[in-house]
Amino acid sequence: MKEATPTEMMTIVAARRLKNRATCFVGIGIPSMASNLARLTHAPEIVLIYESGTVGAKPTILPLSIGDGELAETADAVVSTPEIFAYWLQGGRVDIGFLGAAQVDRFANLNSTVIGDYASPKVRLPGAGGAPEIAALAKETLVIIKHSSRSLVDRVDFITSAGYLDGGDARQKAGLRGGPSAVITDLGVLVPEEGANELVVEQLHPGVSRERIQEATGWELRFSDTVSETEEPTDSELSVLRNLIARTESARAR
Amino acid sequence: MSKITSLTDAIHEYVHDGDSVALEGFTHLIPYAAGHEIMRQGRRDLALVRMTPDLIYDQMIGMGCARKLTFSWGGNPGVGSLHRFRDAVEKRWPHPLEIDERSHASMAAAYTAGAAGLPMGILRGFVGSDLPKYNPNIRFVECPFTGEKLAATPAINPDVSIIHAQKADRKGNVLLWGIVGVQKEAVLSAKRCIVTVEEIVDTLNAPPNACVLPSWVVDAVCEVPGGAFPSYSDGYYDRDNAVYIEWDSISKDRDAFSEWMKFHVMETNNFEEFRERLES
Repeated sequence: MKEATPTEMMTIVAARRLKNRATCFVGIGIPSMASNLARLTHAPEIVLIYESGTVGAKPTILPLSIGDGELAETADAVVSTPEIFAYWLQGGRVDIGFLGAAQVDRFANLNSTVIGDYASPKVRLPGAGGAPEIAALAKETLVIIKHSSRSLVDRVDFITSAGYLDGGDARQKAGLRGGPSAVITDLGVLVPEEGANELVVEQLHPGVSRERIQEATGWELRFSDTVSETEEPTDSELSVLRNLIARTESARAR
Repeated sequence: MSKITSLTDAIHEYVHDGDSVALEGFTHLIPYAAGHEIMRQGRRDLALVRMTPDLIYDQMIGMGCARKLTFSWGGNPGVGSLHRFRDAVEKRWPHPLEIDERSHASMAAAYTAGAAGLPMGILRGFVGSDLPKYNPNIRFVECPFTGEKLAATPAINPDVSIIHAQKADRKGNVLLWGIVGVQKEAVLSAKRCIVTVEEIVDTLNAPPNACVLPSWVVDAVCEVPGGAFPSYSDGYYDRDNAVYIEWDSISKDRDAFSEWMKFHVMETNNFEEFRERLES
């Protein structure tokens, strides 16, 4: 089988982290792709919640928007927006929040609001959506982002969603539980170091050197003592993912 | 007076310059036809409210209808940026746009408070986020019972809310289903309310607990088949993803955008003609 592309690699690595029967609050794009890959491989009973109010969605093709009909038709329940955030997320029923962002920093804070100054931004990004509360209220957060020195930065321009704030116990002191458990990129996996809560490299994807990941990161990276090479994607992971994408593309072309 | 009226008359009567206006619908049932009619009638100075501005507010902002936007996520779902929204914030074109930026959960809480006659919505949120530093509409309060710090945000009570639904009966009772978003709260929090529907029927045959808005909370009901296009209407038509994807290039350029709007919206008389021009 043809070798995995960097995006496929990132998606497969993210999917592997999702346990069967976990309740997962999913953003659109790669988080949605990875959670559905998990559902179609090792985690058939994973519960996917989308912020459009679809609880237990089982889409056969990937949704383009967070509220596609496909999600509602395949869900166990469809609830209103106030209900999805109040009863399901805030009520403590979400194990894993799965988010993307434009920037993530060394303490895993996320920015999806602006690049530059808030009042006169260089780039106005879409904004918070459900992310601040997902990052605050899920028992654990997974972050997925393409690696570059513009996206993995020392300090985000704007904290949309809290990670570990200034590091150490700052998050706990602010009164938040949970927090990001991993930042998954197309080059490797970073995890918060115990105590300091600074992101350190735990995994490098096959063929990625320490120099290469450092070059694509906006701060001086540290590597975990147990840094390992990511296991190659299996043929089955790759074919399920590629079939899912092909199904989606052919449905969208119609 | 009958609640059932034309969209042209409803917008004329209930939407005024300077109003705060909420067009709600979470990806599903977005009231596009109503948004177009507001632009055709040349409304100005509107304080627009919507969780996800979507293409319809991108168009209204680009056409200069809005002085303010209250929102929580301003992107083209699954595609990328809303270029007119970005141009307004980044370059102040066609004029400056004041923003009141929140999160989905807090907008939902603010609409719920508005519908419930409370001055504010309360939630666990925004701790550690920079948004409260820039938006005075996000503050923190202490729970008088537990001492916990909670986020508070003022209730949303639009002058006018507009939603699209699947059905209404001849008295003007409204039924919607599928992803219902925050529409019920948007209607019940507003001073005035317009509903466009796919069809008007003799009886709704709604099951108990269905999302029904009784006619007496609605000011006008307008039959506009396809009125949520290019978003979708469960049971009637699917989301037209191609339109969302094409919008990216149309809206990138100010002139291309203005030309497109003139030809498709401003020079047409109604939504039906807009659809015809789009498909020609």
